[in-house]
Amino acid sequence: MERTSVIRADKINKIFTDPVDYHVLKDISFDVKRGEFVSIMGKSGCGKSTLLYILSTMDTDYSGQLFLNDQLITGNDNVQLAHLRNQSIGFVFQFHYLLPEFSVLENVMLPAKKLSAKSSQEIEHDAIETLRMLNIDHIAKNKCYRISGGEKQRVAIARALINKPSIIMGDEPTGNLDSKNAHNVLDIFKELASEKGLTLLVVTHDKDFADRTDRIITMGDGKILDEGF
Amino acid sequence: MNYSILLYIARTHIFTRAKQSAIAGLGVTFGIATFIILVSFMTGLNGLLDGLILDRTPHIHLFNEIVPSERQPIDLSTDEDNWNIIRSVKPKQKQSRIHNALPILKILEQDETVLGATAQVATQAFYTAGSINLNGMVSGVNILEESRLFNIGNYIIEGNIYDLHNNDNAIIVGAGVSKKMSLELGDKIQLVSPKGNRVILKVVGIYQSGLAEIDNIQSYVNLKTAQRIMGEGNNYITDINLKLHDINKAFAMSKDLERMYNITAIDIGTANAQFDTGTAIRNIITYAVSITLLIVAGFGIYNILNMFIYEKMNDIAILKATGFSGNDVMFIFVSQALIIGLIGGGLGLLVGYLLSVLIDNLPFVTDALPTIKTYPVNFSPTYYIIGIVFAMVSTFLAGFLPAKKAKNIDPVEILRGQ
Ligand SMILES: Nc1ncnc2c1ncn2[C@@H]1O[C@H](COP(=O)(O)OP(=O)(O)OP(=O)(O)O)[C@@H](O)[C@H]1O
Ligand SMILES: [Mg+2]
Repeated sequence: MERTSVIRADKINKIFTDPVDYHVLKDISFDVKRGEFVSIMGKSGCGKSTLLYILSTMDTDYSGQLFLNDQLITGNDNVQLAHLRNQSIGFVFQFHYLLPEFSVLENVMLPAKKLSAKSSQEIEHDAIETLRMLNIDHIAKNKCYRISGGEKQRVAIARALINKPSIIMGDEPTGNLDSKNAHNVLDIFKELASEKGLTLLVVTHDKDFADRTDRIITMGDGKILDEGF
Repeated sequence: MNYSILLYIARTHIFTRAKQSAIAGLGVTFGIATFIILVSFMTGLNGLLDGLILDRTPHIHLFNEIVPSERQPIDLSTDEDNWNIIRSVKPKQKQSRIHNALPILKILEQDETVLGATAQVATQAFYTAGSINLNGMVSGVNILEESRLFNIGNYIIEGNIYDLHNNDNAIIVGAGVSKKMSLELGDKIQLVSPKGNRVILKVVGIYQSGLAEIDNIQSYVNLKTAQRIMGEGNNYITDINLKLHDINKAFAMSKDLERMYNITAIDIGTANAQFDTGTAIRNIITYAVSITLLIVAGFGIYNILNMFIYEKMNDIAILKATGFSGNDVMFIFVSQALIIGLIGGGLGLLVGYLLSVLIDNLPFVTDALPTIKTYPVNFSPTYYIIGIVFAMVSTFLAGFLPAKKAKNIDPVEILRGQ
């Protein structure tokens, strides 16, 4: 049976015009199926992050077409895209990017409260469950500036998971962690993919990490060199 | 849309930046408190002064003004073609009484727009007591009606109006007169009319209007007494004062009366034009000072929010990356400004109110205003509503621009910047 596509890029092109015209993405086409764990590798500066920002709908300045769950989302307005990000896309950054004034638990609950599809109690329950799954439920009440880097990244993953998104994207999510913590995060991703059937798309420089994913998309010079099938 | 989460974020921002937010809020507090104090005191003063005037000034004053005739007798006997040049025209000798005063009074009393009408006989007279002769003005009045319509009772600082009403040989003298002649209640005073009639009257009250030039000459007797001093009958009346139900009709009605009765009629607006100007100027000062203070407070809020948003670039990028739209982010920062405005403004109202109460209880004693014991303060709720609206509008404007900036922050730019 053919698995459905979660995210599909069709001939995506992006040109930076400042300071000089620079064609950073050239005819990028690929798709990620439901339940796949895909990594993207490539030399520094080849456009991986740029691509990921487009896929995550935060960057709308491109040509070509983007589909999320087979729905065309290119051309949607900002409010619609914000809603899509909220509901269907979880994002994990290289730098953890938590809101420092809020507690771990509040950070995790924020996207769910924004979505407000569930009651506060349900959201809190889900958030604590997610934290428990990531083994950080004991720091739920801590303020975010008082926890370690590895813990922060796990909180960020919990936040990305809270709305049960269609896909989780990561831009070098282990790039800023020591090898033990990096390993830990990779294990979590593997587990999410195999046990929860989550779809993941992760940019990484770590060959060991990439080798453990379902396939590796290799980029070079703004193009996809190998789709990794 | 779930606004409570946005408000929750705004609130957390405020509390984690408590000191800065407090300073911004205190700016608003200061502005609003000043506004409340100024406006309460100024309008209190306006009200007091207007009240003084409105209380005791007739809405329309009817009298006979002595002016030279416009058509001189020679104009009647010569043709239009001729030029008559008359030099040194003088008014003709005529009585200052109002012709047909009693019928006019009766008609006016029956008029539905008229609340009440009082007749007066005003004349000059000499006060003599012992060896002193003092020039003065005596008004013959129906003291009960004067009290009902024009509150003369409030200005009687000693004695009372009934002693005058019940005694045709009584007089209420101005405070200046009583001082100059060392008169006390129960003393006798002799009055000499312009025609030389003398009467001896008993002092039953002392009157103080607050205006020295009036208090130094004015005194009141009963209408009959005045007519007797003048040697005239009971149809001798020199002035009619009207109070209307609606003061705004005074001007039009005064014009009608002038035409109908061939008499001079002055309405209260014409007589007291300068008071309106004073009121307007006090209002302008109040609003100008308050708006200036609020603009300063607004800049404080603007600055702090701008700084805050600059510090919070990462957070804004995160919020947008996790699905908050530009409008949500804008809502967060605008409501942050509004919360500061609401708390600061509310506190301002409270401080303003408390200080107004304090001012209201400060003793304020002046000879000019015998009925006033403390500073006048107006506690009208309207100004408190205006105050809080002021606070909200100015903080909204101050928050709007930084919030708009936050709305337009491109998260990709921030995320890349790391
Ligand atoms: N705002 C911008 N304006 C102009 N050029 C840009 C801009 N942002 C990125 N670039 C350029 O686009 C290219 C791709 O950048 P991108 O960040 O996507 O690379 P990357 O593959 O993620 O690299 P790395 O592995 O180092 O993170 C780089 O050469 C970069 O200099
Ligand atoms: Mg990158």
